[in-house]
Amino acid sequence: MGLQLASARVTRYLPLAIALGAAGFALLWVLVIAEPPSFEPNAKATWRTTTFGSAIDDPASFLRILLDAVTFAGLLFIVASGFSLIFGLMRVVNMAHGSFYLLGGYIAFEIQQNMTGQGFSIPGEEVNSWEWIAPVLVAAACVAVVGLVSQQLLLRWNAGQDLRQALITIAVSVIVADQVIAHFQGGRAASVTWPGWLNRFVDLKVWAVEYSLARLVVLALGVGVGVSLWLWLYRTRTGMVIRAGVDDQQMTSALGVNIQKTFAIAFVVGSALAAFGGVVGASQGNIASGQDGQWLLNSLVVVIIGGLGSLFGAAAGALLYGLVFSFSSTYLPTTGDNCCTQYSIVFTFILLALVLALRPQGLFGKVR
Amino acid sequence: MRSLGAPKTVVERLIAAFVLVLVAAGPLIFNDYWVNTILTQTFLIGIAAASLIFLSAYGGMVSLAQTALYGIAGFIVGNMVTQGETKGLNLGWDPTLALVLAIVMTTVIGLILGSVAARSAGIYFLMITLTYAVIANYFFGQVTLVSGFSGISGIDRYTPGFVGEVVAHPNRLYYIALVAALAVYVLIRYIVRTPFGISLQGVRDEPIRMGSLGFSPALHRAVAFAFGAFIASIAGVLYVWWNGQVDPQTIGLQATIDLLVVAVIGGLGRIEGAWVGAFAFIVINNYVREVEVPVLGGSFNTIIGLIFLAVVVLSPGGLMGLWDRITSGILGGRGGGSHRIAAGPPKAAPETGP
Repeated sequence: MGLQLASARVTRYLPLAIALGAAGFALLWVLVIAEPPSFEPNAKATWRTTTFGSAIDDPASFLRILLDAVTFAGLLFIVASGFSLIFGLMRVVNMAHGSFYLLGGYIAFEIQQNMTGQGFSIPGEEVNSWEWIAPVLVAAACVAVVGLVSQQLLLRWNAGQDLRQALITIAVSVIVADQVIAHFQGGRAASVTWPGWLNRFVDLKVWAVEYSLARLVVLALGVGVGVSLWLWLYRTRTGMVIRAGVDDQQMTSALGVNIQKTFAIAFVVGSALAAFGGVVGASQGNIASGQDGQWLLNSLVVVIIGGLGSLFGAAAGALLYGLVFSFSSTYLPTTGDNCCTQYSIVFTFILLALVLALRPQGLFGKVR
Repeated sequence: MRSLGAPKTVVERLIAAFVLVLVAAGPLIFNDYWVNTILTQTFLIGIAAASLIFLSAYGGMVSLAQTALYGIAGFIVGNMVTQGETKGLNLGWDPTLALVLAIVMTTVIGLILGSVAARSAGIYFLMITLTYAVIANYFFGQVTLVSGFSGISGIDRYTPGFVGEVVAHPNRLYYIALVAALAVYVLIRYIVRTPFGISLQGVRDEPIRMGSLGFSPALHRAVAFAFGAFIASIAGVLYVWWNGQVDPQTIGLQATIDLLVVAVIGGLGRIEGAWVGAFAFIVINNYVREVEVPVLGGSFNTIIGLIFLAVVVLSPGGLMGLWDRITSGILGGRGGGSHRIAAGPPKAAPETGP
């Protein structure tokens, strides 16, 4: 027993020390330690050589990567907040979230193709705002219906059996992902086109950085979704009921609230957010079958880091994951052919492991 | 789990004996396609599924990382034995050494991954292990040093002496896989009766109470996960001998879900379900591949998804649970305990620190 007590203290502070050390070193690395590649003949790459060098060597690139991270976090938040909302209220891990993302993106693609009457790739200047917004609305509505039907038909009567519900959503995910391949472009890569006015770079007037307006809009959309969700959850009656349901489902129900209706609303909003994220993702890059797994991973990492069911957790998780994702793929040493930027995925795991070691329930998660 | 000596046990033992005789004489009875493709694959996929069912039934942890662990063992073997004509390290080491190292290294990796996830249980464990699976998939897809997108091929030419040339002597691998499957089954049945196995089941049901009795739930989960990794690594080594190649798709999300489907179709409550599920899945996979789905459209995956959905919705205990229910109706014995397990432990919240 004495041994256990001593080890309890070590297990409590060791992960914290390691996490702080790792974060501190990563910060120092990016800000100071990294070196730009030397262009002199016969110069050999050292362990400090990176693509851009440190933030002091090349502040413009640093700012660009930082903006990449933050804007990616905006998209991560849009997708993961829906996942987190559904889990927080119903304790349903919606494994079909990635498939809903894919479905949303492809529906929007088809609608936009029909609206503009253009071929596979649409020139950006020929798309007006409405031809982007209408596909978003239709895609979100369609996926919301798919989500609602799966919830009402398959999940509703299984409340409380969270493992069984997770298995059901995995089955839904398999079916939806396969149906997407069968009915949309055979699952080949496709992309939604941003409205023409977004297709330019803005001069930020800092270190002569020009940055894509579309990416900044992704960030704005993420912030917009976050603020709307906050207003909805904390300033309206429905939101109050949802928060009450998160804290104590039975008590809320006993007070005469129709909790089933609340569940349905949460599932509709969560699925619609996955679809919205899918359209934004398809506009920013592309969408292809197989990305359902990637976006399920992204949602899972964000909410596991941030804490399941917490809005602020989803925001913090998206930001942290976005930073680690962007910086690890650009600021690792470029010493040789096989080193080291290809190891960036390892840092996602390290981030996950450190957070879980410190707080198994996630940064903003509640202990239940 | 079962009422011993009941008529049901006798029936099950008779069936088991019959199946054993049938598979032992397999190459004499079945054609080559069945022996080499369906049955050998059933044995090795069943081993991987058994590791999943072990963790779920006795540890209350549904792990989606078993495919990743099995792939990791395969990649380790592939990197160590090949000699220069494929991707990876091409170390050209002795295949028997590679076999041992792959199993040891995968078990250690399992211990590390298990320790990270060990303070969570139930649904959280499922999510964390799913992230492991996807991260492992991306790792091998990106890191060209050990694999890269196209993976490692030609591994079946570098098997240990007792396996021999797989293409020339497929029956040898068939019997090796059969013996490995039986050994894994016996080992799991033995482990769950040891003090460790008993306290693991205690941790599954009452982690807080077990913690206050001085058992560490996190340690039990981590060790159980490492044991699961050990079993999965055996399946992984057999897989690369059998298939000859391993690539990131081997451990992709599709494969991860397929293994879960195998385990759920078989039944998450009983170890035997692993091979029952593997057999059902592989037969469906081989004979329904080309069928077009009516009305909905779509491929094999829609069918598998629908079957999976039907099993989870109608018979959460899978085929073994169905068997338990039928036999308890006919033979009057008490049904197996698989329903409760498939429905998940009642308390699935993560625990806080020690």
